[in-house]
Amino acid sequence: MCNNLNKHLGKQTIRFDNPPVIIATSSIVGPREGEGPLATYFDTIIEDELYGENTWEKAESKLIEKALDKVIEKANKTIDDVKYIVSGDLLNQLSASTFGIRNFKIPFLGVYGACSTMAESLSIAAIIVEGGFADYVIACTSSHFCCAEKQFRSPLELGGQRPLTSTWTVTGSGAIFLAESGEGPKITYVTTGKIVDFNIKDAMNMGAVMAPAAADTIINHFIDTERDENYYDLIITGDLGKVGKDLVLEILKQYNYDISSKYMDCGIEIYEPDKQDTHSGGSGCGCGAVTLAGYIFSEIGKGKWKKVLFVATGAMLSQVSLQQGESIPGIAHAVAIEN
Amino acid sequence: MDKAKQIKQNYKEMVERASPSSNMGVNCMWAFFVGGTICVIGQVITDVLKTYGYGKDDAAMITTVILIFIGALLTGLNLYDNIGKYAGAGSIVPITGFSNSVVAPAMEYKKEGYILGMGARMFTVAGPVIVYGVISSVAVGIIYYFFK
Repeated sequence: MCNNLNKHLGKQTIRFDNPPVIIATSSIVGPREGEGPLATYFDTIIEDELYGENTWEKAESKLIEKALDKVIEKANKTIDDVKYIVSGDLLNQLSASTFGIRNFKIPFLGVYGACSTMAESLSIAAIIVEGGFADYVIACTSSHFCCAEKQFRSPLELGGQRPLTSTWTVTGSGAIFLAESGEGPKITYVTTGKIVDFNIKDAMNMGAVMAPAAADTIINHFIDTERDENYYDLIITGDLGKVGKDLVLEILKQYNYDISSKYMDCGIEIYEPDKQDTHSGGSGCGCGAVTLAGYIFSEIGKGKWKKVLFVATGAMLSQVSLQQGESIPGIAHAVAIEN
Repeated sequence: MDKAKQIKQNYKEMVERASPSSNMGVNCMWAFFVGGTICVIGQVITDVLKTYGYGKDDAAMITTVILIFIGALLTGLNLYDNIGKYAGAGSIVPITGFSNSVVAPAMEYKKEGYILGMGARMFTVAGPVIVYGVISSVAVGIIYYFFK
C-alpha cells in the first residue's frame, strides 16, 4: 500500500537517507543555570532574569532572539540563508517564540510539545531539510522560570514549600542550525512520540507524568530501528529529574532493556540540587535545549560520545483540564544524533 | 501489551516508591517556631499598645493592621517567600500569610495593568479564603442564632 514510504520504519520512526547535519548550536541561560555544573558549556549567561527588559515574557523573547543571532553567527551564515525557523516555548500562543523572531522575517513554524519541544522542533526541521524542501533550517526553543511559574503555578513571591518531587524550570534558550551538508554530527533517525497517559494528576511531579512516555518512545525507537541500548553511547532524556529517572529505568527494565550505564537526564545534569535548591532537577523546553546545544553538542565534537539518543520529554499540563479533574498526558520525542 | 497494562496498574505505587517525601519532623519544627514567632511579635505589639492606653479590641485591631503591613512589606522586599520556603504553614496560616497571598499576585500581575492585571488578579489566591470564610461565618452565625 505504501511501497514508496521506505523512510518510515515501524510505527513511529523515520530514517534519514541523507542525514541533516548540525553545523552549529547556541545556548543562552539564566543566572541559576550559569551557576550550575554545565556553566562552561553555554555561550551566554545573563546576569538577571529580566535581561534588561521590564517583563519576564519580554526577557524570554529576548533569549530566543539572542540564541538565534548567535547560532546564525556561529554557523557563518546570514539571516537570509535561513529558510525556516521551527520554534516553540511554554507560553500561551507561543508568545516567547513569536515575539522573539518577529524581526527576523523568516518563515516560521510554531510547535508546542511542552518540555519535549526541542526534539519536536528538531524532528520537523530535520524532515524539512532531508526532504529537500530547504537547505538551512533552525530549530529553537526556550523557557523561563518566572514566566512558567506565573502561567502554570503560583506567583513568585507567594510563600510556600515546593515538594521534593518538583522540578525547577530552566531559564534559557537553545538553537540548532541544520544544514543539508557540512561538518558536524548528523540526525539519522527521529522517533515521534505519542501521548502516553498513566493517570498522574500531580502537577508537582512531572517526572512521574513523563517517565512512561519516555520509556514508550525509547522502546519503540529500539523496535523500529532494530537497535538496542548497546548501540548508543548516550541516551539522554530531557527533564525527567531524579524521580522520573528512577521510573523510566524501572519501566525499561520490565521490558528487558537496561540502559542505566549510558543513561543521563538533562534535568539532573544542569543543576546541583543540594546546593541550588532545585529538588528533583531542571525542567522546561530550555532544559533539554541548552543541554543539547551546549553540553551534548560540545562533547560530541570532542569525541566523548559518537551515538546519542536525545529523548525530550513533555508533560502536556493544562491548568484548565487539571482543575477539571483530568490527568496530565505525557509525550516524548527521540532524535538520534550520530557523528 | 499486557505488560503495559500491568505497569500502568501498578504505576501509582511505583511513583510513590520513587518520590522522596518531605521531612515532616523538620518541617513541623520550622512551622512551629516561625508561626510561634509571628504570634509572639503580634502579642508584643498588642501589649505595647495596651500600655499606651488602647482597649483590648482596639489593640487587637491595630495589631492586625500592623502585621498585615509587615507581611506586605516583606513580600515587596522579596523576603516572605524565602521565609515560607522553610516555614510552610507556619508563615501561611498567620495573617501575614494572608497579606502575602494578596500582595504576591498583585506584584506579579501589575505588568498586565492596574485594572485587568493587578486589580482583577489580586485575589486569585486569597479569593477562595474570603468566599468560604464569609460563607462559613454566615453558617456559624445561623447555627449560633438558633442554638445559643
